[in-house]
Amino acid sequence: MTTLLEVEHLTKRFGGVTAVDDCSFTVQDGAITGLIGPNGSGKTTVFNLVTGYLQPDSGRILFAGRALARPDPAALYRAGLSRTFQHARIFPRLCALDNLIVAAGHPWRSLFTRRRGHADTNRALALLEEFGLAAHAEHPAAELSYGQRKLLEFASVLMSEPRLVLLDEPTAGVNPTLVATMEQHIRRRHAMGISFLIVEHDMNLVMRLCDPVIVMDRGTRIAAGPPDAVRADPAVLDAYLGQ
Amino acid sequence: MSRAGVIRALLFFGLLTALPFAVTEHWIVNLGVFTLIYAGLASAWNLVGGLAGYPSLGHAAFFGAGAYAEAIYFQHREAGANGLMPFLVLPIVGAGVAVLGLAVGWIAMRTRSDVFAIVTITLLFVAQTLAFNLNSLTGGSQGIGMPAAPFDVDTYERPFYLVLVLLLVVSMGVTWAALHSGVGLSLQAVAADEERARGIGVHVTGAKLLAFAVSVGIAGMIGGVWAYYVSFIYPQFAVDPLVTIGMVLMAYLGGRGTLWGPVLGAFILVPAQQYLAYQYGATQLYLIAYAAVFLLIMLLLPRGILPSLGHLLRRRRAAAGRSPDEPAQDPADHAGAGTGTVAEEMAR
Repeated sequence: MTTLLEVEHLTKRFGGVTAVDDCSFTVQDGAITGLIGPNGSGKTTVFNLVTGYLQPDSGRILFAGRALARPDPAALYRAGLSRTFQHARIFPRLCALDNLIVAAGHPWRSLFTRRRGHADTNRALALLEEFGLAAHAEHPAAELSYGQRKLLEFASVLMSEPRLVLLDEPTAGVNPTLVATMEQHIRRRHAMGISFLIVEHDMNLVMRLCDPVIVMDRGTRIAAGPPDAVRADPAVLDAYLGQ
Repeated sequence: MSRAGVIRALLFFGLLTALPFAVTEHWIVNLGVFTLIYAGLASAWNLVGGLAGYPSLGHAAFFGAGAYAEAIYFQHREAGANGLMPFLVLPIVGAGVAVLGLAVGWIAMRTRSDVFAIVTITLLFVAQTLAFNLNSLTGGSQGIGMPAAPFDVDTYERPFYLVLVLLLVVSMGVTWAALHSGVGLSLQAVAADEERARGIGVHVTGAKLLAFAVSVGIAGMIGGVWAYYVSFIYPQFAVDPLVTIGMVLMAYLGGRGTLWGPVLGAFILVPAQQYLAYQYGATQLYLIAYAAVFLLIMLLLPRGILPSLGHLLRRRRAAAGRSPDEPAQDPADHAGAGTGTVAEEMAR
């Protein structure tokens, strides 16, 4: 396995709060890596730093062996790094199909080509079919349930054929049936060669799905390894349960 | 383009073109000229304010820039070629104003929503102050004159009217093209969530600068026609906050982000304003009416007439268990279906 994402000595401060404090970890190509930690441990900040939505105060991030001087979400997206947000961010007025097509990550020339290119439309329809949203293709995304929006957001970031997908709490706030559906979709896409980095609070899901698991507390990595090892780690128990 | 769309456009522009030949009363064609000015402005504004969700309040500055460009160029020249010269240079005026818009947009569009509105309205007042004070260029408060148009007195308004129809075709044509290409999709994504749009590789800056430049370029050309029509321009009318408010209000009333909405808004509000002015004397009472209309839109039709109609119609169809493709059954439904399709098509 090769290393897909390397995070080295990342630090981010917001005023007096150090949200991420000298945090280092790696994500291997072909793995489903879990990123867990108590609330406020800096997981989402790490996501925002890795995807270029925030600039680190120090440290560096290498994606596919390349360091980006000034990580920018658009460049990273085109390079194959997609993400979803904790509260599904979709375009509510656009229909489900357009939500996918707009995420195809085309060069600027596409501004002047047809809104729905033939190839794009077919790929988007296939994805909607795969995610059970085909019936909603022409309906505004605002009409979807919260869980369906999460599925739609997930499907949309697959349009760019990413190598690594960062999922920020993919099952938070959705019903148990949909948790299983989401897990299925992650597994299927993983089998097709996509790597994942997942922030998740549902420990059962993390322990089933992710290997390795990285644990963060107070802005830094306190443990990393296979789920069983992490679960038995005294530092992890300490972080979650306190002493 | 759907067949219904082609027929609708041909019918609309056919009737519009026929009007000054069928009716020669000056006050009606004059009303037509002002309705077309606002329809074109509202439609152009819609590219930025509706599609991209950037509520520009500075468009009147570019309208004024176009007006002054024409007036300054022609102040010591004849309106040659049967008086058509001022029309023939419009593409150059439009291109110049668009380039100016590109520079302004590059700076102003770093802000968003309410801040953008404030930045652009500031721009409007800066432009007005410049027009008042650059005496050697604009004539200051003395104003600046265009050559008299050598048109037949009986049909004096007709050439202006027809050129404005053409500019409305351009404006709506650009909007239609945008809605059916990657630009429109990108702009709609920008309007909904710009940060995410950028994050998924949408060419945010390019799309919104292009929309802004084209939009103000069209506004500049309309300003050029206006300057020639009124033949003498003053800073307070060439760069007028009320022009900005008018076009924004019309786009909101008809339905921002749609192809026909802003035009519909102009065709309702401009005649209504003229009617009020005739009815109650040439007062500023219509300003109160503007405010009232704005309040009513916000309360009753926050998305504008066309999108609300489309929404209502979809709901009624869903309730009746009919698919949107099936023809409407009773005549009352049918009347609604015509407008509904416009809204539905454009709501996509």
